[in-house]
Amino acid sequence: MAGGLRRLSAGLPAGLAAGALALLVLGTLGAVARQAGGFGGLRGSDLGALRFTLMQAGASALISVALAVPLARAIARRRWPGRQAFVTALGAPFLMPVIVAVMALIAVFGRSGALNRGLDALGLPTLSIYGPQGVVLAHVFLNLPFAARMILQGWATIPAERIRLARSLGFGPAEIARHLERPMLRAVLPGAVLAVFLVCLTSFAVAMTLGGGPRATTLELAIYQAFRFDFDPGRAASLGLLQVALCLAALAAAARVARPEPLGAGLEQGRALPAPGGWRRLGDGLAIALATLFLLAPLAAVTARGLAGLADLPPGIWPAAARSLWVAVGSGVLTLVLALPLALGVARGGRGLELAGMLPLVASPLVLGTGLFLLLRPLAAPADLALPVTLAVNAALSVPFALRILIPPARQLRDDYGRLAAALDLRGLARLRLLVLPRLARPLGFAGGVAAAFSMGDLGVIALFAAPDRATLPFYLYGLMGSYRLDAAAAAATLLVALTFALFWAFDQGGRRASA
Amino acid sequence: MLRLEEVKIRQGDWQLAADLSLAPGARMAVLGPSGAGKSTLLGAVAGFVPLAAGRILWEGRDLAPLEPGARPLSILFQDQNLFAHLSVAQNLGLGISPALRLTRADHARIDRALERVGLAGMGARKPHALSGGQQGRVALARALLRARPMLLLDEPFAALGPALKSEMLDLVAEIAAESGSLVLLVTHDPADALRFAPHALVVAEGRTQGPFDTAPLLADPPPALAAYLGRGG
Repeated sequence: MAGGLRRLSAGLPAGLAAGALALLVLGTLGAVARQAGGFGGLRGSDLGALRFTLMQAGASALISVALAVPLARAIARRRWPGRQAFVTALGAPFLMPVIVAVMALIAVFGRSGALNRGLDALGLPTLSIYGPQGVVLAHVFLNLPFAARMILQGWATIPAERIRLARSLGFGPAEIARHLERPMLRAVLPGAVLAVFLVCLTSFAVAMTLGGGPRATTLELAIYQAFRFDFDPGRAASLGLLQVALCLAALAAAARVARPEPLGAGLEQGRALPAPGGWRRLGDGLAIALATLFLLAPLAAVTARGLAGLADLPPGIWPAAARSLWVAVGSGVLTLVLALPLALGVARGGRGLELAGMLPLVASPLVLGTGLFLLLRPLAAPADLALPVTLAVNAALSVPFALRILIPPARQLRDDYGRLAAALDLRGLARLRLLVLPRLARPLGFAGGVAAAFSMGDLGVIALFAAPDRATLPFYLYGLMGSYRLDAAAAAATLLVALTFALFWAFDQGGRRASA
Repeated sequence: MLRLEEVKIRQGDWQLAADLSLAPGARMAVLGPSGAGKSTLLGAVAGFVPLAAGRILWEGRDLAPLEPGARPLSILFQDQNLFAHLSVAQNLGLGISPALRLTRADHARIDRALERVGLAGMGARKPHALSGGQQGRVALARALLRARPMLLLDEPFAALGPALKSEMLDLVAEIAAESGSLVLLVTHDPADALRFAPHALVVAEGRTQGPFDTAPLLADPPPALAAYLGRGG
């Protein structure tokens, strides 16, 4: 009896977190489904949006992964000073606000960017960054590093014994590729393609800034436009259902494919992979140099312009930055409050909890936003709720990521100390304070930092709800871009990226400090 | 008295039965081939392994409703007996208050316990700053503070060298004598059993037998134990 009650009270926080997530996701989806009343309200252009969503996600995924393979191989088999820093830096675009990445790309590939000035000087026709090609370019910029890290993990999984065997048999690069690398790639690449595809499937900010029009509108953007411009919640809801169906199908496919871990900390150390000379050496060097140029030049261009403009930032930016900071910190904390009990519950063996934690993956930000808008409209003015809704939606969408970070160490904690804690009757809040928080501080800080950074850079739900006087920093930046105040926009982008990484760093360091 | 009443433990095809009574204050070795279920038997008494049938009683009281931490016993595992992130004194404090709400008197008790196991003044250290033998002493000191009437030892000193191990077993014997605890010591080393435990249980072939007197048992072992000891006919 007493034992049963204790087990119940241990499971209570996890049950509450699972219930809150289920209520948020299923409740909003229910509201969307009721409002939609089927797919009758869809227009021809909406099918175009569906087609473009699939095409751009597919193209972005294939191109990102195709470019990531030579980059990952070069990193895997070469050693150079700063290599570790390079690999760490590849994780940065994962946290970078999308709107900043877009600004950065415009600085290089835009109408007056370095590329087009060069083409113009050579008398060649210039290229436009606006349209489908721009959407795919931005997605490749954001996901190529992410894909390279996933594939690099694949190289790290080739057992050292097998590499030793290959060397003792005198394998050349071609044989190593055939017997070691290609089998590994066959196992890793489907997961990498699918992971990038999933990210691009719910692309909103990139499509809003670089796409649009009949040729380059994603479903997420179509939902936003149906809402904001056509005032047609029914059609927005139908589009939302379409988006959910798409996410479900992609997740079903993903469940059949092993997904590599892009955030894993334990990237390989000093594997004895042979480093062939000749043209391969040149090729590897070129891959690393080009990747560095592709990833760094845009950021350098926008921060150079932005630093110059920092002195005369428009005054409205400070309240926006403050709003963004509290939403981001709140979202980071709420993510942990939801994810920690779920992770501990999963470690205890609760299968249903993991499912609840992954539930937000079926909904996109704009779908959740639409549902919440419909649910809350009778209760309050949407603009009044813009920030709390943004905070909650960001946190819910971060929970699946946080769980993937927290579940392995939570399992480890239980394996290491579960019996000892039980033998000493260490439970409840004392267990949390004396065992869980000190032992999990590092992954908690990291997961909270990722969630806060996501929220800091988020330009999704806020666009649906916000009034200009309640803009977050990314939304404010979007406004500056829209009114062609590009110096101010570059400065705002510099501020945003600095605050985002500072916030991540603060969470991560906090975790490291508190870690025992 | 510890009574195992027609206890059956099942894990898949594997099964272990036990039906026996042990007197308070006895020092008992648990012998048997590896994989026979010595640790599982201790786990059942400690509350980590569910029973398929039967009851485990202490002084006539069924232990089934009690969580591991509430049972009248302390247990030392093969490893992970200390929280690596807590100081030695904190690890000991958990034996007094699981929430580490400690009074001045509690701290004095912790200091005395450390002194008792020969670790005076080491309370502020983290476990990794101690040797394996010293870590075992800390775990013993905590059992001393918990002062439960049973002490279960699941080969906690297996990783120590022979001299150090004998030293630890002598310490366990002293502590057990002071507190009058019933001690169950899992070991695969007959020398440990002879040195430490006047009585022994044999866990083999799905059954728990005994208690026996240790010296005659080892001099003339039953077949299952003999095969394990390498003295089979």
